Amino acid sequence: MTNAYTLTHVTQRYGDRCVVDVASLRIRTGGILGIVGPSGAGKSTLLRLLNFLEPPTEGQIDYRGTSIGGDPPLSLRREVTTVFQRPILLRRSVAANVRIAQRIRGAASDDDAVGQWLDRLGLSDLSDAPVRTLSAGEAQRVALARALVVGPSVLLLDEPTGNLDPYNVGLIEEIIRSDNTERGTTVVVVTHDPFQARRLADRTGLMISGRMVEIADTDAFFSDPQRPETAAFLRGDLVY
Amino acid sequence: METLGRAFGDALQLLWSMDTDLFEIVGLTLQVTLVALAIALLLGIPMGAALGLAKHLPGRAFIVPLIYTGMGLPPVAVGLFTYLFLSNQGPLGSLGWLFTPAGMIVAQTIIAFPLVLGLTMAAVQGVDPDLPLQMRSLGATRRQIALTTLVESRIGVTAAVVAAYGSIISEVGAVMLVGGNIEGETRVLTTAIVLETRKGNFALALALGMILLTLAFLTNLVFHRLQVRQGGP
Amino acid sequence: MRQWILVLLAVALIAGACSDAPPAVLSLATTTSTNDSGLLDAIVPDFEEQYNASVQVVAVGTGQAIALGEAGDADVILVHSRSREDAFVEEGHGTARYDVMYNDFIIVGPTDDPAAIVGTPTASDGMAVIAATESTFASRGDDSGTHSKELSLWKAAGVEPDPNAVWYKSLGQGMGATLNFANESGAYTLTDRGTYLSQSDALTALGVVVGGASIDENVDPALLNPYGVIPVTPDKGNINAELASEFVKWITSVEVQEQISVYGVDAYGQPLFYPDSEAWSTR
Repeated sequence: MTNAYTLTHVTQRYGDRCVVDVASLRIRTGGILGIVGPSGAGKSTLLRLLNFLEPPTEGQIDYRGTSIGGDPPLSLRREVTTVFQRPILLRRSVAANVRIAQRIRGAASDDDAVGQWLDRLGLSDLSDAPVRTLSAGEAQRVALARALVVGPSVLLLDEPTGNLDPYNVGLIEEIIRSDNTERGTTVVVVTHDPFQARRLADRTGLMISGRMVEIADTDAFFSDPQRPETAAFLRGDLVY
Repeated sequence: METLGRAFGDALQLLWSMDTDLFEIVGLTLQVTLVALAIALLLGIPMGAALGLAKHLPGRAFIVPLIYTGMGLPPVAVGLFTYLFLSNQGPLGSLGWLFTPAGMIVAQTIIAFPLVLGLTMAAVQGVDPDLPLQMRSLGATRRQIALTTLVESRIGVTAAVVAAYGSIISEVGAVMLVGGNIEGETRVLTTAIVLETRKGNFALALALGMILLTLAFLTNLVFHRLQVRQGGP
Repeated sequence: MRQWILVLLAVALIAGACSDAPPAVLSLATTTSTNDSGLLDAIVPDFEEQYNASVQVVAVGTGQAIALGEAGDADVILVHSRSREDAFVEEGHGTARYDVMYNDFIIVGPTDDPAAIVGTPTASDGMAVIAATESTFASRGDDSGTHSKELSLWKAAGVEPDPNAVWYKSLGQGMGATLNFANESGAYTLTDRGTYLSQSDALTALGVVVGGASIDENVDPALLNPYGVIPVTPDKGNINAELASEFVKWITSVEVQEQISVYGVDAYGQPLFYPDSEAWSTR
């Protein structure tokens, strides 16, 4: 299966507004796709579509070769998870929050796996800490541990390091990269920071006003943009 | 000032001497309030949670203000209402619950229930609105999302319990009217305070008041410990 | 500009305050049964007008009324508990005790009279039967005048009711509430006739068992209920002694005693109180 996702003529409309209008998109299995673009470009909505959180107004989304209707089976849904910009953690300890992902799937809590992931994300000392005492960076790392502890096939990230300090940015990027290498996780990361896309992704796409303007291998995207909008965006112009 | 001093001394002496009348009164106070609270919680928490989760319920604009009004019912009015219902001339007279602890429990349940309902509803509504989305992206079913939301609101729900209990342990209007303050049968701390005041025994009345406050404080200690164990501040 | 407005306001307020003398306040502590009868509502406005006074009636249990007098929180007390009134004066809390009026107590009970005591001439005999048959009896239980009378009747009957006994209900409430209880629960109780008459329409399950239909028919002298008025001694500080003494003079005067003698006749076919001040008795 080369493509985790194939999108054909997918649009998402809310009332009169057309937020996403993607004619064609293929996301390779095991690849890291970076999506950049100005705010309000529809990137978050696209991620929600990929996580089956809402059905598209029109068009077809194929996941692993199967066409996904409005209500995908639970087992399929659970192969995909999202780390949002604002980590929504439960009012419990750090460890309990990571465990919840396992509990949701009805699996017995695997304390070893939880411990390992907390370790990888530098959270071992905070294992029993209540989440309200965490810094923004620590909270986001908990969210990442929670997402990865169940070993999803697809990891979606919506501005995961938006307001974080460089240390946390680096740590989170490193985990994403190594998970992708070790397990072949398909990763789609939406970021407002083109440099992050350049660091992380093997393919990068630019979304403006709901459309995928250009998508290419990262090197080519940055060194030799084909579209004027891409060039303008990379120059730092405001594009919309 | 002198009365206050005597009152404090009287309170300690009453407790020390294991005065049986006092223990009877305290025992009945706890019995009535705790049973009423339990019923109010059994009915109010599930209903409040359901209302809190049902964001698009039709008639919400009518139901919610109704609940808020219920939260402010004057106990003496509830007492009068219950009295009329349980009286021989009332529809439920055949139950024979007037002037019994059962009747008092009915009245106090009516007072506590809207508080539990309204505050639980508010606690559930106060949970992060993005939580359901996050839970769904983690693969939760609708039932799992509802349960998680409920557990998230537990600090607010504990506050609901505390508020409801505080309201019924301190009220006198309902238990006086429905219970009748009968010695050895329906006399509780608040009605005993009224009686001793009426008799001019101010120091004793104050002493009973202090005991009531202590009782309320001890139960609130328990509730707060529960809140802390659940991750509250 | 603002200062002028403030000055004008101050002048207006002072002028307004000076125009009539504010009414002097008299604090009268009395019992709930006295107040519930409505007598004070009927006659006191006359006093307020005559003396440019405002009478604040505090209606509480007898014990509390006396306590208010002892604390100096009332200027004059009007109660019906002779022994305690005498003690009040003896202990120096009141200047002197004056006769005002009397009414009587009656025993009321369920209309089917399960203890079969209707017509018993003396109350204590009736109560002995109630105790012997363990018929439900509702006691005020609040150290009120009525309660004291009840206890003295039990004593005369040679009975000491056990508050833990199932048939003896010590309520700790006022007369109205106690009558309601008796009505609801089919109990006997001792009540002053005035409160019973004023509530009898609602007390459909109760009837008079001892004491007759009016005070004329009441042959038991033990059921007499005399009221006394006592001005509080001025040395307690903050006592309106002058107005208190005016009140006593007024309520014992023949005109007011006359008003007392007819109060209730329209509504109940008989007066609720019988005047017996010194002035009235010697008129």
